[in-house]
Amino acid sequence: MKTTLTVVSAGPLMTVQDLGRPGHTGVGLSRGGAMDRLAVLEGAALLGLTVPGHAIEMAGGGGTFRTDQPLRFALTGARMAARIDDAPLRWNATHILHPGEVLRIGGMQAGTYGYLCFALHVLGNDWLGSAATHLSVGIGQALTSGGTLTFGDAQQPDVLQRCFDPDERLSGGHLRIMPGPQTQMFDEATLSRFIETSFQRNAQSNRTGLLLDNAGEGFRPSGGTNPMSDFIACGDVQMTGEGTPFVLLAECQTIGGYPRIGTIIAADLPRAAQTPAAAPMRFVWVTAAEADTLFKSEAQLLADLRAKVRPLVRNPADIHDLLSYQLISGMTAGDELEPMQ
Amino acid sequence: MTDANTICDGPPNFFPLGQDGVLVRFGDGFAAQPDAARAFGAAVSGANLEGVSEVATSLASVLVRFTPWVISREDVIRRLQTVLEAPRKRGLADNPTRLWTIPASFGGDDGPQLNEAAALAGLSPEDAIADITATEVSVLAIGFAPGQPYLGHLHQGWDMPRQQALTRKVPAGSLVVALRQMVVFANPSPTGWRWIGSCAFAPFKTDRAEPFALRVGDRVRFAQTDAATISDLRVGQTDGLGGATCVVQP
Repeated sequence: MKTTLTVVSAGPLMTVQDLGRPGHTGVGLSRGGAMDRLAVLEGAALLGLTVPGHAIEMAGGGGTFRTDQPLRFALTGARMAARIDDAPLRWNATHILHPGEVLRIGGMQAGTYGYLCFALHVLGNDWLGSAATHLSVGIGQALTSGGTLTFGDAQQPDVLQRCFDPDERLSGGHLRIMPGPQTQMFDEATLSRFIETSFQRNAQSNRTGLLLDNAGEGFRPSGGTNPMSDFIACGDVQMTGEGTPFVLLAECQTIGGYPRIGTIIAADLPRAAQTPAAAPMRFVWVTAAEADTLFKSEAQLLADLRAKVRPLVRNPADIHDLLSYQLISGMTAGDELEPMQ
Repeated sequence: MTDANTICDGPPNFFPLGQDGVLVRFGDGFAAQPDAARAFGAAVSGANLEGVSEVATSLASVLVRFTPWVISREDVIRRLQTVLEAPRKRGLADNPTRLWTIPASFGGDDGPQLNEAAALAGLSPEDAIADITATEVSVLAIGFAPGQPYLGHLHQGWDMPRQQALTRKVPAGSLVVALRQMVVFANPSPTGWRWIGSCAFAPFKTDRAEPFALRVGDRVRFAQTDAATISDLRVGQTDGLGGATCVVQP
């Protein structure tokens, strides 16, 4: 039986995401997918999925949701206030929304992109093997109030509620950056000043990338200023004519002419995407060889996350619809009981 | 400046582009080397190297994306050097050439920077339009946005730099110019290139049988029309080709 999720009210920029469409650089299509890819992997780990699934990415506002069938979900990424009817929900944990209940998500507490992850697949959004909305090229569109998502009728595995504690990445910090094809267009003094400078996210940032503000001058190349347009990698830090840094992220272009000072390594892109307006960011140079040793495949990341997930067992008195739970199959040894918050 | 249409015989440079990418660049990065890049890109694709997940060709470079848990960066570079040193056909793809004719309206609201760009090229706006519509250009690369062509090369006079500041947004279908090249924007975009005309041609449309209309190597000519015609072509067609026609040349 299919499940329909109704978006009763949609905050700004809620989109369906997964890990995007890799492999189409040659025809100009960037991979896209979640701004915080780790959050989608975390959702998969919490929901017991071996293949990362679909999620609603929420930039800022969140939304209100109803379902016509029981729907398992996980909340990951930026921490937001969430509740089902009157019961507050733990972030970085799985929950079930039942017909008749209202799920409310809103009030960003830390970070920029929150994720409502599903065990079921969203139907009807697939194009080139992905359901990811790619706003900048017009694949799909943002969710709007009154809209619905239909899910396929596969099993929703792992009915036991689960949680885990992610590594902190929601309040800025250090971003490791490796050299790229245009790094040598910048002189040593500019490269040094770049890592000595503290940056903040400009409000014009979006799914294409992160516009950075800094006190002091910009970062201009010292050589010629008009290199051929050339390939871009997700994580490249581009300098426009004024020397203003722009971190190219999920929906970036595939080719660009402005020189790029380097590429942020994949492990630090979730931190870059999540950094809120007020939090400072700094860059740290790593060599290409160091960057290569820091590489982890997303399959490995998911396996590591699955090992960190543990059952979340709540006080039965806090569960308002106790009778709807499969109590027997959810039984545990009891020694991993932990409080709700 | 190197002649953009000759094969560059110097050895290319290898650069990292992210943790899973090697960029092989011909020349100094300031001049297009489309023939060298296309020939090498085709050779790498044809070599079917284990652990290489993607090969893409641009104006002067080939991007080789690899799977780091299957092959190391050093081994990718070693194998690419072997491909580079192997004798290979200097000619381009065997496919017959396709010639596209794309209607475009120049100047006014459809190309607010025509006069500025023409002046930089040392031409009157009328002569600039005549020069562009008389020049058959090639699709040198596809990128920035899906299906979006980099077209070239125009005459030497058009070797103008990008603007220092980004134009915040030009609409889809905008024809822009810089560095002897032109681009037709697939989507509303910021750009550092000068906006000289507009087309109803959509280089990319998800629900079209061929979502990506153009291929690297296609030839393109712009046919001058007026703003009203472009406007009508935008609403009157569902294929998104904007009145463009394509003839296969032997």
